[in-house]
Amino acid sequence: MSFLARHRIILPVVSLAVLLAATFYMQPRAMSYFGLNLLFNLAVPIALATIAQMMIIMVNDIDLSLGAFVSLVACVTATFLNDTPMLGLLILLALILSYALLGALIHALDLPAIVVTLGMSFVWGGLALFILPSPGGASPDWLRTLMTVKPPIVPMAVVASVIIAAVTHLLIIRSGIGTVLRGVGGNATSVARAGWPVIRLKAFAYGLAGLFGVLAGMTLVGLTTSADANIALRYTLLSIAGVILGGGEFIGGKVSPTGAVIGALTLTLAASFLSFMRLSPDWQIGAQGAILILVLTARLIFSRRGEA
Amino acid sequence: MTDHERAPIVTLTDAARHFGPVRALDGVSLSVAPGDCIGLVGHNGAGKSTLVNLVNGGLSPSSGSIAFTRGETALQAGVRSVFQELSLCPNLTVAENLRISHTALTGPGWRRRARAEIGASLDTIFPNHGIDADAVVDTLSIAERQMVEIAIGFAPRGTEARLVILDEPTSSLDAGIADQLMAHVKRFCAAGGAVIFISHMLGEVFEVASRIVVLKDGRIVAERQTAKFTRAELVDAMGHVAAEAVESAVAERAFGPEVVSTAQGLRARKGEIVGLSGLAGHGQAAALAKLYLSRSSSWHSRKDPDVVFVAGDRARDGILPLWSILRNISVSVLQQGARWGLVNGGAEARIAAEWKSRIGIRTDNVENPILSLSGGNQQKVLFARALASPAPVVIMDDPMRGVDVGTKQDVYAMIRAEAAKGRTFLWYSTETEEVCQCDRVFVFRNHEISAELTGADISEEKILEASFEMQEAS
Repeated sequence: MSFLARHRIILPVVSLAVLLAATFYMQPRAMSYFGLNLLFNLAVPIALATIAQMMIIMVNDIDLSLGAFVSLVACVTATFLNDTPMLGLLILLALILSYALLGALIHALDLPAIVVTLGMSFVWGGLALFILPSPGGASPDWLRTLMTVKPPIVPMAVVASVIIAAVTHLLIIRSGIGTVLRGVGGNATSVARAGWPVIRLKAFAYGLAGLFGVLAGMTLVGLTTSADANIALRYTLLSIAGVILGGGEFIGGKVSPTGAVIGALTLTLAASFLSFMRLSPDWQIGAQGAILILVLTARLIFSRRGEA
Repeated sequence: MTDHERAPIVTLTDAARHFGPVRALDGVSLSVAPGDCIGLVGHNGAGKSTLVNLVNGGLSPSSGSIAFTRGETALQAGVRSVFQELSLCPNLTVAENLRISHTALTGPGWRRRARAEIGASLDTIFPNHGIDADAVVDTLSIAERQMVEIAIGFAPRGTEARLVILDEPTSSLDAGIADQLMAHVKRFCAAGGAVIFISHMLGEVFEVASRIVVLKDGRIVAERQTAKFTRAELVDAMGHVAAEAVESAVAERAFGPEVVSTAQGLRARKGEIVGLSGLAGHGQAAALAKLYLSRSSSWHSRKDPDVVFVAGDRARDGILPLWSILRNISVSVLQQGARWGLVNGGAEARIAAEWKSRIGIRTDNVENPILSLSGGNQQKVLFARALASPAPVVIMDDPMRGVDVGTKQDVYAMIRAEAAKGRTFLWYSTETEEVCQCDRVFVFRNHEISAELTGADISEEKILEASFEMQEAS
């Protein structure tokens, strides 16, 4: 195994650094407190959504409903949580619980997660439209204050990213339960043989995904101050891309929370970078895809070499 | 020895386990006491893994009982298994894998304790192992993974290992490491632990076991102190048609030129039925797959393929479950009747009808879905698919798995008829009876050909002899 294959975190870090350097080169004024805040502002909800997706990928499933779910959470946050905080909180808790139930159901009936979550994306989307038929609502003040806080030296987005990475690293990589959860992705049979209730572990992983999905929706409203039923639809694919960019694998329980956060930052930065290149918005999505393919190809080449 | 006066760790009384009509284990009584080291031997399908799974709690018996002296479950009784198929989580480190099986290892600092525990266990069993407790398992070699798995099996893990089941533990270890393991097993048993040792290396079994249990067709046919067995007696006990003198079903025939020859030493002539034998999982399927892939292209399918493949694992790589019987048969020959890239429906139906009657697929309409057929008839469809193509070489990967006797006879006759017409068959089978139908047999051991038998030499005895390592474990 080569050095790079052993230390999977290096490639995401290098990707982010290269992109950051290119951005600063194109637009030196971005190299400031204010500039960084602008560049990475929207990274916080994306990073949280990526962590949510990572929880699902960690147990060898994939979540196609995450974008719709985050949109629904945003709608709940901008309406119920703002108007009747207790009720709003209850709804959000119920949403997390339903994610856990979904995980148990997928495991108990041996359903393909890709189908179940695709179906659920319509349920979440419908509920979101039901709550907020037209864009609107308002962010709770405390959330707005939290998301616009200005810590000294480094902007909020960077501090938040570091905190998210540190907390999830502790939870998933360092803690005992996180280790067992990764074990489910690596070899569920051996985990079951050792006497663990795999169904509860899966429900727990899905519940964690629900929790981080809820946090993503809330922070998104804190930044945008209002919500819309389609506000976060692209998060589904962004979050999957973020996990993979960050050194995760679709199967085998190989995930890296730090990598996932870095992946989310890279994807956010890619959008800004393309704007600085004065690329017409029509081309931006395609170009973002091209960057993604480039990074993934690089990773594939390195990992192939590691095997050889 | 006072050991036998102590309460046994586990007692099986007339335990049986059936899978549908298959009696994997047919009434076995066995008791394992502290200090015992039981060598468990038997040929493929004798029921070894079923027995192991009953003892470790992976399966529950269909009838009969299993009693543990200490605790209710196998886990509480201190029964651990080390499996052949490597059951570690490859994405975790060595220490983290210990955490998976040691459910009580919690609280801050668990990582340090896990590292110490697995390190100690490795040091005891395999001195100078050189395995880092923080290494991720998939960066380790196969042998190192096996060593870790064994070490986890013997590690205290909060309670104490009382009975450790080792299923082919040395298959991926080199001789020096295997010796360390043998020495540890002896120490462990001397200190009051118990081991069930399964191996195809009879030398190892003789070296380490205090008692040898021979399984055959789901029953214990012999159970004696090791000293009371000789090697020849052991092989005799394992075989089942040896006494009845297998008649060589095939008369000497003239074969054509050699059509298959691999670097591994696998050879076959035109019109020959070549059998591949040996214990399951010793490289037969891999050798066939390699041969097939080297003779076919993954880019385009030719009108006249060189080789065809009959899969044994029907559900995984045989049938197309959503298609009809007709389409399942004709998928291999679509190219032949096709014009302008369009399927010739008439020719397709003709081929299906022809093979339905030739091979005797029991259905009233070939348009029925494939899953409406019984397992045996599904397998006939797969044979029809292969034989319908003009390919001169037919590769069969244990195709008779779970097929009833009637179907088997039909298919044997078909294979012999096709061979007489000049087709070559390469036939891997786990059933010795079937292999005895072949003109030439290659016995595999540890992914290598250990013997080539022809004519009258093809007997269960010779095959068994070649499948088990007869030399002393050096």
